[in-house]
Amino acid sequence: MNPETFSADTVIDAVSAVFMVVGALMSLAAAVGLLRFPDLMTRMHAATKPQVLGLFLLLFALGLQMRSWWVWPVLGVAWIFQLLTVPVSAHMVGRAGYRTKHLHPELLSTDELEAVVQQAAGKRGFGDDDAATDRR
Amino acid sequence: MMQLVLTVTTVLLSLAAGGAIIRIARGPSLLDRVLAADVLLAIVGAALCIDMAVNRHLNNLMLLVAVSLIGFVGSVTVARFVADRREKSRES
Repeated sequence: MNPETFSADTVIDAVSAVFMVVGALMSLAAAVGLLRFPDLMTRMHAATKPQVLGLFLLLFALGLQMRSWWVWPVLGVAWIFQLLTVPVSAHMVGRAGYRTKHLHPELLSTDELEAVVQQAAGKRGFGDDDAATDRR
Repeated sequence: MMQLVLTVTTVLLSLAAGGAIIRIARGPSLLDRVLAADVLLAIVGAALCIDMAVNRHLNNLMLLVAVSLIGFVGSVTVARFVADRREKSRES
């Protein structure tokens, strides 16, 4: 094979094409996870893939396609912004999901919050917590 | 090659958006819908990224940041709303 066919442009195009396809596959994996997983916590696990890794791959492909150095800091800022906001919103959603009992306790391997919740409920009386468990 | 990549990623992202919309329609609770809407926004951001990369422009970059900001504010607000409502109904 002629080595001239593998110019730098072709290699960069191929790498960014692979990154774009893998980044789109992350979105598809998140959708499959949303449809197949049984409860909120496992769906949250699947939903993080396109938000962090998928966006990273696509921004990397974009930076490769632009062929200039000054776009990399801008893309890095966009990715770091996503990296700062996604854990906060995931924390809020997970906290609200735990409080409103949107989870299957038999599927959890450990529940580190349960002792704390039991202690807090013991101080306040168990009647409220039993009613909340039944309502799930 | 870029046209082939564009076709493949369009099909993948369309399937992903369809799955997220099905989860929004079917999701048993409000938090499932919020999560699926967040994934749908991430898919929109991915589509913007691919459009920029294939056509080699940077016009959508601010829109991408705005979309992720909207997803953040929306999911945090709805999570607070869900928690708040339950606290009130417990006290009453």
